[in-house]
Amino acid sequence: MNRNELPHPWQPSRRTFLKAALGAAGALSTAGLLSGCTGGVDPHVITLGSRLSDKNAKLGVQDVVGMFQQQTGGAVRINSVDSTSFQENVNNYLQGTPDDVFTWMSGYRMRYFADKGLVDDVSPVWQSHGSGFSDSFREASTGTDGRQYLIPFFYYPWAVFYRPSLWQQRGYVPPKTFDEWVALSKRMQSDGLTPIGFGVRDGWSPFGTFDYLDLRLNGVDFHRSLLAGDVSWTDNRVRSVFDTWREILPFHQPQPLGRKMSEAQQALLNKEAGMLVAGMFVAQSFPAGPDREDLDFFAFPELDSAVGTSAVEAPMDGFMMRKDPRNLEGAQQFLSFLTNADAAVAYAKQDPQAIPAHRDADLSSFPPLVQKSAALVQGAGSITQFLDRDTRPDFASVVMIPAMQQFLGNPNDVDGLVRSIERQKAAVFGQ
Amino acid sequence: MTSTVPSQAGTEPRVPAPKIRRSRGDRWTIAVMLGLPAAIVIGLVWIPTVFTVILSFARWDGIGGTSSIEWIGPQNYVDAVQAYPPFQQALHNNVLWLAFLFVFPTILGIFLAVLLDRGLKGSRLYQSIFYIPVVLSMALVGFVWQLIYSTDGGVLNTILGTDVDWLGNPDVNIWAVMVAASWRHTGYIMLLYLAGLKAIDPSVREAALMDGAGPIRTFFRIVFPLMKPTNLLIIVITVIEALRAFDLVWVINKGRNGLELISALVTANVVGEAGRVGFGSALATIMLVISLVFIALYLWIVMRSDD
Repeated sequence: MNRNELPHPWQPSRRTFLKAALGAAGALSTAGLLSGCTGGVDPHVITLGSRLSDKNAKLGVQDVVGMFQQQTGGAVRINSVDSTSFQENVNNYLQGTPDDVFTWMSGYRMRYFADKGLVDDVSPVWQSHGSGFSDSFREASTGTDGRQYLIPFFYYPWAVFYRPSLWQQRGYVPPKTFDEWVALSKRMQSDGLTPIGFGVRDGWSPFGTFDYLDLRLNGVDFHRSLLAGDVSWTDNRVRSVFDTWREILPFHQPQPLGRKMSEAQQALLNKEAGMLVAGMFVAQSFPAGPDREDLDFFAFPELDSAVGTSAVEAPMDGFMMRKDPRNLEGAQQFLSFLTNADAAVAYAKQDPQAIPAHRDADLSSFPPLVQKSAALVQGAGSITQFLDRDTRPDFASVVMIPAMQQFLGNPNDVDGLVRSIERQKAAVFGQ
Repeated sequence: MTSTVPSQAGTEPRVPAPKIRRSRGDRWTIAVMLGLPAAIVIGLVWIPTVFTVILSFARWDGIGGTSSIEWIGPQNYVDAVQAYPPFQQALHNNVLWLAFLFVFPTILGIFLAVLLDRGLKGSRLYQSIFYIPVVLSMALVGFVWQLIYSTDGGVLNTILGTDVDWLGNPDVNIWAVMVAASWRHTGYIMLLYLAGLKAIDPSVREAALMDGAGPIRTFFRIVFPLMKPTNLLIIVITVIEALRAFDLVWVINKGRNGLELISALVTANVVGEAGRVGFGSALATIMLVISLVFIALYLWIVMRSDD
């Protein structure tokens, strides 16, 4: 059954067929959209594949590209694709004819493609322009071979969000410890509020709560090795995460499995929910003006004083370069430009969820929420990237999302849950 | 007995058909007309199918050439059954989906067709109303019904004054979604059946009436048996609809948490940045085998009815 025993001349055609078969599997149209446009482009033009397709984000990308063209005279063409389609087809996209530079995410999600040799390293850019980024961003941009594959651009920390006007009116104060958090939740409940907004229909949002509980209970090293597949999910430390979660579940918005994250954000906006464990993207669903100004957060409370609260979850997005770009010099020039604080600031001005990743970004003109987010991350002892970027993407989507939903549907069977995760982990990681 | 007739005819001495002289252009046309569809079928159906089956014995993330494929034997099938809880649920849901589509929308569709065929006042209007959902795409049907089922602000909970988690409760959501699917399927069945009814010779019914049969008796004894081709068609369409059910659950929650269907699991495993192509192929192969059972059954019925 070894592939090497196959008759040699058959191999190329088989390879072609495999690709054809995959293509026919339905991805044809979108993959074509993603990659088809780059064919006859002037070699001096730099093409940029962007999944920043939200209305504000698109404006931000345009501003950044405009700045680049003005400063250097280099031409950039933007191919903007809806972010879900981009994500679902990225595999075909990178194996076809991708754009010279494209937007992507940090951590495992970057490392995966770097390991497969589908992208080129950008360490030359890092060597001459990388001083603006913190060590944790360098780490999140580094592949297994020690080279950098991503230019950090912006990040969005996770925390517990709330509306200060409501809290002032009711006299609530941000809790520091778990016990204070529970006490506050009980008070909110007796005041007729839903303490913690919760929407899990789209699947990924409970990762934030899980990550923070694990980080606060077991520390960042354990969290990382758990997600890397090195620790068993049946470990008692994992059970304690779910047990703690079960304690605070009664304070969450009931029936979360039928509610989308966006609906939970709406509950926070409408002051029906007192708090929401979320990322800075919450700001996108708050209309600019008084509503967005009336949004604040506190760090996820402390569970164990020996572990503390220094770990912050702050997924980071940036730019990568395709394998053998048509215009290597231009792509590198563009990426170097993107390492400037000005570029990141110009983008963040348009996209309310984005905090510029550059250390020297001048945030004085930004709203207090953005400044506070930057301070939270700068003061962090360690930064994690969110569950689906800290582990294999297939494990996160195929195993962990259903597992989280299973837990929330039946929080009492932790034993069966962790054993099922461990069994599936073995199948996915191929152990 | 009737099947012997053609063979007898074949043995009779007959004047051979005059040999048609085909020009080069004709031959080219025939070659292209036969060759092209054959190439399309082989290239787009058979070869991918064969490779799907082959890949189901591999562990592969879809990146790189054949050298990155790791052959692991039937392990994917073992994993699907033993270490992949959604799979059992999906099998169960697919069967449930099929049964539900047969029992509710099919019977309702036939009932509506019979009613409309009796020439009610404004039957065209009713016909259009029932048929409109068929025009909508399944994804759109999904969005419409999410507005109805939503827990917090949904129409259904507001009207009923209840607090049911229609889309999130795994015991309820599959039924809720099947109702949404039926909403669309009923109109389809109705239209097909209506067309079939129109094609029945009115004199047959008159004869039944003359013989003193009531409308119910006429329907079950005369009309229904005469509609055999339409009935078969409806069976086939319902089976296909049940097997390819996908869009609705994908729009609602990507086929997770109670809405597992094999088609959704295949997609969830293959699509994305790190596809489990081998595992997804194994699921697809299982789906193919299930479909083949129905195809075989259908062919058997059709062939038998030709006798």
